[in-house]
Amino acid sequence: MNQVGRDFPRLEVRAKVTGRAEYTHHLRLPGMLYGKVFRSTVPHGRILHIDTEAARKLPGVHRVITGEDIKKLIPEPYYGPAFHDQPILALEKVRHVGEPVAVVLASDPHVAEQGVQLISAEYEELPAVYDEVQAMKPDILVHEVLKPAGTFADLKHLKDRGGTNVALDYHLRRGDVDGALAKADHVIEHTFKTQQCLHVAFEPFVSVADPGDSKLTIYTANQSPSFVRIEIARLFGWPENRVRVKVPYVGGGFGGKLYIKLEALVAALAMLVRRPVKIALTMEEQFYVITKHPTTFRIKSGVTKDGRIIARSCEVHWNGGAYADIGPRVAQKSGFTAAGPYDIDNVSVDSYEMYTNRTPAGALRGFGIPQLVWAYESHTDLIAREIGMDPVEFRHKNLLRNGRPQASGTILKDAAIPEVFQALVKRMNWDAPFDRGAGILRRGRGIAIALKAVISPTTSVAVINISADGSITLFTGSVDMGQGSDTAYALIVGEVLGVPAEDVRVVHSDTDVTPYDMGTLGSRSLYHMGNAVRLAAEDARGKLRALATEAGLPEGTNYPPVEIFKKRYGMQAGNVIGTATFLPTYSPPDAQGLSSNVTPFWMVGGAGAEVEVDTETGHVRVLRLVNAADCGKPINPAVARTQLSGAAIMQLGFTLSEAMHLDGGQVTNASLADYKIPGMADIPPIECELVTAEQHNGPFGAKGLGESGTFGVSPAIANAIHDAVGVRIMELPITAEAVLRALRAKEGRPLDDE
Amino acid sequence: MSARTITFTLNGEPVSTTTEPHRNLVELLQQFGLFGARESCGQGLCGCCTVLVDDVAVSGCLYFAVWADGKTISTVEHLDADGALSKVQQAFIDCGAFQCGFCTPGFVLMAQQLLKAHPDPSDDDIRHYLSGNLCRCAAYPEIIEAVKRAAKAAYVSEKINR
Repeated sequence: MNQVGRDFPRLEVRAKVTGRAEYTHHLRLPGMLYGKVFRSTVPHGRILHIDTEAARKLPGVHRVITGEDIKKLIPEPYYGPAFHDQPILALEKVRHVGEPVAVVLASDPHVAEQGVQLISAEYEELPAVYDEVQAMKPDILVHEVLKPAGTFADLKHLKDRGGTNVALDYHLRRGDVDGALAKADHVIEHTFKTQQCLHVAFEPFVSVADPGDSKLTIYTANQSPSFVRIEIARLFGWPENRVRVKVPYVGGGFGGKLYIKLEALVAALAMLVRRPVKIALTMEEQFYVITKHPTTFRIKSGVTKDGRIIARSCEVHWNGGAYADIGPRVAQKSGFTAAGPYDIDNVSVDSYEMYTNRTPAGALRGFGIPQLVWAYESHTDLIAREIGMDPVEFRHKNLLRNGRPQASGTILKDAAIPEVFQALVKRMNWDAPFDRGAGILRRGRGIAIALKAVISPTTSVAVINISADGSITLFTGSVDMGQGSDTAYALIVGEVLGVPAEDVRVVHSDTDVTPYDMGTLGSRSLYHMGNAVRLAAEDARGKLRALATEAGLPEGTNYPPVEIFKKRYGMQAGNVIGTATFLPTYSPPDAQGLSSNVTPFWMVGGAGAEVEVDTETGHVRVLRLVNAADCGKPINPAVARTQLSGAAIMQLGFTLSEAMHLDGGQVTNASLADYKIPGMADIPPIECELVTAEQHNGPFGAKGLGESGTFGVSPAIANAIHDAVGVRIMELPITAEAVLRALRAKEGRPLDDE
Repeated sequence: MSARTITFTLNGEPVSTTTEPHRNLVELLQQFGLFGARESCGQGLCGCCTVLVDDVAVSGCLYFAVWADGKTISTVEHLDADGALSKVQQAFIDCGAFQCGFCTPGFVLMAQQLLKAHPDPSDDDIRHYLSGNLCRCAAYPEIIEAVKRAAKAAYVSEKINR
């Protein structure tokens, strides 16, 4: 039976419906202490004094730890994937509200929490900067000097640079943008903004560290256990093998649980007190850990009168918050496709990752792409309107096709852009008459399409063990947080080794036994680890054949593995270990930001929306949401479909309701009561189409798609609103208030400012 | 704070333990090794901590442990006590009605309650009844399908049994 391509329920379904699936959230160890965090109340300030005395005296409090205590254990206690800029606990300065300043440890978490209430801190407040464009002025500096991590060779030139809030600037120059703009019949420019929002994983951040005599074990809800191991070992000055990182199932990640979050803190605490330490955050605390970048995107296009885009310039400012996290990579990698899925000869991109005094920003389901698509697909729609062309026809005319160079200079290959777009147009029934509503309820429709380059170059390693009874165990560092990677790999192993996927056991990340993987992020796993798993299975198959030969079994016969092992070792004994490493080729961008090989595969996703706008209240009802994505040849179509639909609904929240509100750097809506994520009653009828194509270098033709469902949703809805009532929303989220303000402004009777 | 001894029925068994007035039902269940009810939002808004108390669904994060005294408490772990999944659990599997699985026990318990109140629910019945449960992976369309499938399965098996 073919394994790949089956609709196959996730391997762990039973454990999940019975409530018995294992999450770090549940873990309790003998002698374990709970840590509760005392956090900064100011957005930017020098720490003058931390008063922990009352907390220390509280009965039941084991210890109170500050940054100075950590420094005695780890002299340079700064971490981060791109910059070593984030202290385990604040030292000298605090840079955002909610920054961890001290931790109270107690056997009872309620006592630890009470202890936190008894701590007070005194700060010399410094002026703060919150806006990504204002941060370009160096009068308020979040960091005095930049501290690139050295992990990425192309950030080394930033070492010791000071006097700036620009953590990274990426520039792309292709063709002659100014010359082409001068020749264009229309030059159209807009500025779009996106808001700060949050992953809201339902298993809030949680980590446990257990200090053994010769090694430290960290149990954590994390998407990148290999990185955690390397980074913790670096902080302590240890070899990697002294750190063990275990990740069971993860209750939602979406890019939030990448790199170091609580891991360095629990590790340091556990080493200081020589007892296991657990820190489990509340939902409210999640608003002070990691967020999605707010952005300001200034986009300008030159268009000919017959509707060809001949030039596009893009200037994007990313609000990275107080610590860089992976923000510099978001700014750079998304920069490759900032001009959209269009065939444009003259392109310039200037992308700036900015430090500000907000909660740090990192990756959130799209690595920056949804922010860019919001701008370029809203802009593209506005151009079509201005030149009087149908937005579908205008896009058809300009779409990038395989064989043509993308803005980065890389020739497009295996990117089903026209196919995905056509699927949307067809499902939207674009050429048929459309009911535009009447009276106060007006209807409209919109469409949007996008392209993403996967993060590259990254490495994945897989190991397969065939036991002497023929049963198969797969070891990978991928983290299954619901996306179904365990199941996809089991299908791949099953396909290669000719066994049902349900018989393959997939071992979760445990760095003592599972090999290196760069991280479960950016839709990379199915492609990278999927390839490694396929190659490891082929390696195992070859070794099993060799074992049969050693055992004197004739070539070409099909002995079951159990017979081969018995014949070779005289009893049920031995193993066959297959392994493989996968690292795709990549060429780093040159001085012009160009590269002949910027990505091993492209992601393509788009959306269509039909909306109804209440012109008296500004309320928007999405009547229909259509989503399509290029998924190569899907390994597990049933799971792929739920991924697309889940991504689209998540993006619907970022489009219509979700926004972190700040007042003096303080988040004023840090709870699910005030930060509105989509619920059951908010879901429009949603259709998802897997556009099947062939990714020539993917495992069995497949490619990643965890993010693709998010891409088109926001601009498709804004375009539909414009179509319905003639107003354009330039900033997310599209609240009823925003629409009403735009409607009233258009009527010449604007609402008063807030 | 002073501990109190409480006695209640937990998943069909009489139990007794001590707890303190500030602890909630989720913490109480953890004392018994039950982790299917999970505290997430801590405000009774997400439904991850759903527990049945005298057959009424409550948010375990907002329900004091001491209130369990004398009550009958059922958790998700009770549904397959005989080794077989409930029809709702099976339908959630068949329809792929979850991804990360963290909120799933809450949804399963609420869907069980829903089907008791509405054996043949419409989409609107389902949306309304389950609107107090949130799923960040957004498996909502699949959850609606699963509830309808479970309703149908229950109806069919009833007929066969008769």
